[in-house]
Amino acid sequence: MRYLPGVATLALDREACTGCGVCAAVCPHRVFRMADGKASIADLDACMECGACARNCAWGALKVEAGVGCAQAILHGMMTGSAPSCGCASGPASPCCGGPT
Amino acid sequence: MADELRTAPPPTGWDRCRGVLSRWGFGRGSYRVAPGLYAVGTPGPEAPVLVTANYKLSFDAVRRSLAGRDAWLLVLDTVGINVWCAAGKGTFGTEELVLRVRTCGLGERVRHRTLVLPQLGAPGVAGFEVARRTGFKVVYGPVRAGDIGAFLDGGMKATDAMRRVEFPLAERLMLAPLELLQALPVFAAMLLPAAAWTLARGGSAGDLAGVSWTLFGAVAAGAVLVPGLLPWLPFRAFALKGWLAGLAWALFAAWARGMDAATTAAAVLFLPAVSAFLALNFTGASTFTSQNGVNKEIRLFVRPMGVCALAGVVLAAVHGVLR
Repeated sequence: MRYLPGVATLALDREACTGCGVCAAVCPHRVFRMADGKASIADLDACMECGACARNCAWGALKVEAGVGCAQAILHGMMTGSAPSCGCASGPASPCCGGPT
Repeated sequence: MADELRTAPPPTGWDRCRGVLSRWGFGRGSYRVAPGLYAVGTPGPEAPVLVTANYKLSFDAVRRSLAGRDAWLLVLDTVGINVWCAAGKGTFGTEELVLRVRTCGLGERVRHRTLVLPQLGAPGVAGFEVARRTGFKVVYGPVRAGDIGAFLDGGMKATDAMRRVEFPLAERLMLAPLELLQALPVFAAMLLPAAAWTLARGGSAGDLAGVSWTLFGAVAAGAVLVPGLLPWLPFRAFALKGWLAGLAWALFAAWARGMDAATTAAAVLFLPAVSAFLALNFTGASTFTSQNGVNKEIRLFVRPMGVCALAGVVLAAVHGVLR
């Protein structure tokens, strides 16, 4: 299943990349490919901007506007003038966060 | 002084039952375990350390997959939220992990220096920073708890399939009733004025039933049909998938109830807009939508939905008065 094309903000600085492969390991949608001792973005439109790769890149080679792809959270944020939030940061509020993983 | 070693009784049938209920939102807030270090079996200093959230559904899934093994289970305080959602909010995060490693005296209990984290915890945890601050190297395990056994047996190597997040039919259908439950306020908000209007204009019980199932169908199209048929409905945007499902429903309802042209037009304006909105809400439960993508959908479609819905209501009301 694929989402809207051309919206993901993920960017890789190939100069800073050391080819450790942690980005490829943590990506839940297999966006990266490792080749020639470097990572490359092989499938940008599969990126869901979860931010796992950028958070775990010790060399700061990855940038992404990480966030939640959740309309309720975003609309809630728009209405309250705050950051998108489903209200689960301080305890269960939305059933979305009740899944097992 | 290090925290005590925690123990938890093995999960029972009641736990499974509570787990299912909790996915539905019942008793959700209290379905947690105390954070800290747990022993699974009789772990020694060489036993692997696995990290999870203090949502009992997550905790039990990991324990089940470790059945018959000796391991340490380090439970972070995620205020009862699952790993992926908590990682997105940072509660399953670097600070909390570093704190737990220190307070439970993990360094004295094990000889090795490896923590196995669920892959979906990665948005919240900077592995390199944990290593720098605790001396424990972070290894990301599989996405699903069910693959932990194979991951450990394979020398802590995850296959590509173990690393990939899918959204299979079974999972989507498990979410569908929950979406429906969540959409009940939307249904009630439409039904009450519609029922009052129908009765005020001398409608029969049959008319009332017709209005009810017509509206309910639009809710079900967005909250059940879209999750179920997600990969097969055309368009990438959830709102458009929902609009299409709602349109199909509106046309069916118009045919089944023998609506006249103006009522059909009102149904086609109103019902798909409701389905589209509910389908858009399903982005949060899905596993592959990005924030910028959902932002784009909201920018493009929420206003047209509102305009269509309002136009449908006005048309139905004017038509009802003139008739």
